[in-house]
Amino acid sequence: MRISPTKFISLLFLVLSVFYLYTAYNIQVFAFDENAPFNARTFPIYLGWAGIILSSLKIILPEKVTTEVNHKHLDYKSIIYLILISLIYAAVILKIGYFISTSLFLFASYYFLGERRWGLMFILSFPFVAAFMYLLHGLLNIYLRDPFLKYIGVMG
Amino acid sequence: MIEGILIGLSTALSLTNILMVMVGCFAGTIIGMLPGLGPMTAIALMIPITYGFDPSTGLILMAGVYYGAVFGGSTSSILLNAPGIPGTVATAFDGYPMAQQGKAGKALAIAAYSSFAGGTISAIFLLVAAPSLSKVSLAFRSPDYFALMILGLTAISAFSSKGQFLKAMMMVVLGLMLATVGQDSLSDITRFTFNNMNLTDGISFVLIVMATFAMSEALTIIFRGKDPNRAAKQISLTELGSIKVNKEETIKMAKTIPRSSILGFLIGVLPGAGATIASFLAYGMERNYVNEEEKQKFGKGSVHGLSAPETANNAACSGSFVPLLTLGIPGSGTTAVMLGALLGFGIQPGPRLYQTNPEIFWSVIMSMYIGMVVLLILNLPLIPYIARILAVPRNYLIPLILFFSVTGIYLMSFNNFDIFLMIGIAVVATFLRLYDFPMPPLILAFVLGGLMEETLRRSLLISDGSPNFLWDRPITLIILLITITIVGWQIFSTLRKKS
Repeated sequence: MRISPTKFISLLFLVLSVFYLYTAYNIQVFAFDENAPFNARTFPIYLGWAGIILSSLKIILPEKVTTEVNHKHLDYKSIIYLILISLIYAAVILKIGYFISTSLFLFASYYFLGERRWGLMFILSFPFVAAFMYLLHGLLNIYLRDPFLKYIGVMG
Repeated sequence: MIEGILIGLSTALSLTNILMVMVGCFAGTIIGMLPGLGPMTAIALMIPITYGFDPSTGLILMAGVYYGAVFGGSTSSILLNAPGIPGTVATAFDGYPMAQQGKAGKALAIAAYSSFAGGTISAIFLLVAAPSLSKVSLAFRSPDYFALMILGLTAISAFSSKGQFLKAMMMVVLGLMLATVGQDSLSDITRFTFNNMNLTDGISFVLIVMATFAMSEALTIIFRGKDPNRAAKQISLTELGSIKVNKEETIKMAKTIPRSSILGFLIGVLPGAGATIASFLAYGMERNYVNEEEKQKFGKGSVHGLSAPETANNAACSGSFVPLLTLGIPGSGTTAVMLGALLGFGIQPGPRLYQTNPEIFWSVIMSMYIGMVVLLILNLPLIPYIARILAVPRNYLIPLILFFSVTGIYLMSFNNFDIFLMIGIAVVATFLRLYDFPMPPLILAFVLGGLMEETLRRSLLISDGSPNFLWDRPITLIILLITITIVGWQIFSTLRKKS
């Protein structure tokens, strides 16, 4: 039996709702709140049941409007690269600072999306991030922690 | 009242104050355009600057920033499908498709005219009806608010994705589930944090909106890069189009603006409701008003669909000043920041503000109108330049959208957990969008989640756990009946289609 992607997503949502409901029932509330008309569990419990009912209906009821996606037209390679770059960016931003990590992230993203105009890629990464940082730090007074710029004495 | 208006005009029209409105509108537009930085952030940034001015000038500057940021938010919604604030999410429904069709200039012009008209009409309402409307807003109780939120969520589910009501309702539940992560507002008990300290304060709205709109949009464009139909669509993104609005479009706007202004203003008056609910309800209402042919255009670049939320969110901005100035209760998050600024000036808003500081009360109202005029004069000529952002090639635009999204989140928390979380949510949202699971219901549910739980808590405590609160009060019952009608209509139209 072939299950449609929409029904498969609904099935995942059903699993999520069951897990959410289980966690909701296990929320620790104060002893005096246990039998109160409303406590920290009440709303999540309603939501858990709502999720179960809606996803079950979606799974059970026949699908009249189907969403067809042609997987041959999907660019999995580029999206995986972009997500990986984003994850690396998130992992290093605190260690090497905002300026270098963001500039490298932009430069790498341009490269993996097929750009090869090196001069433009450079301008739209390093100087662009520097100008943006000046706007935030110098004009709007929003502090951006950057160990590298602090080390070379550009930022306080 | 005439005397008050004259006092307000003389204060607002001083050279310094006109300059402040202009600076405020311009700064607000720029800040509002940056995804992640909405009017709340823009006003908060202005507070330290305004302490050097007298209260009227400070408030006039902040009112200018407010309207500028709302317009700036609409601009990023239309051009990038990246709404910086919840109030402009509905603008993206038809504004972004219009931009994709090569009518970005026109979409921005319609947004500017609608915002101006909505703001003007509601400024007149504010002037005339401020005192009496504050009494109406006081008549709303927790059960009414709860029912109103259920109505808002049902309406957005019914109207945001035709024929996919169940999918939209699932997204509503998912949005509400995400809103419950973190500390419970009353008992401070942590929920769904799985002992992760980073989740104790909950997930921020900006993170959700950036992940499900900006970042997910960028990923979808890349993901569907090989799709010949999508590629053709992206090419048309580089066409800016004319900013001229033709006669037919003007007639459509003329029909939409009055009703959306009234609705937006009335919703704005209700404390806590604000521009978001107003824009979504206006969008839903407009879709019901238009004929079948126009209805089909909704979500694909409809003039009505763009004009309605833009009018309503600006009208609601003015409306939200009613409870702030007359009751001292902020009508939205942004006016809550303004309340903080007022208290900083040593001014206590409330019914006595008329008597104690009439120049402040009236000058703020008058400066709102002047702000609208300045916004239109300032932004219309700039539209072709603002719209040039679309001419940026995809290889540069996508990384820049990702950059603004990540920066917006990083600026808020300065930790990388939020960035990881945003990437995770964006990836899930990209797959959900691929199979037509709509994101706007999720966003609205997330925004309303906290308030919804709070009103349900109060209602259940008052009724001692009984569901009677849903039909005890006539207002609650009427709102609930409207909700049932919408659900019934969805079932009926589905059955009719099948037959």
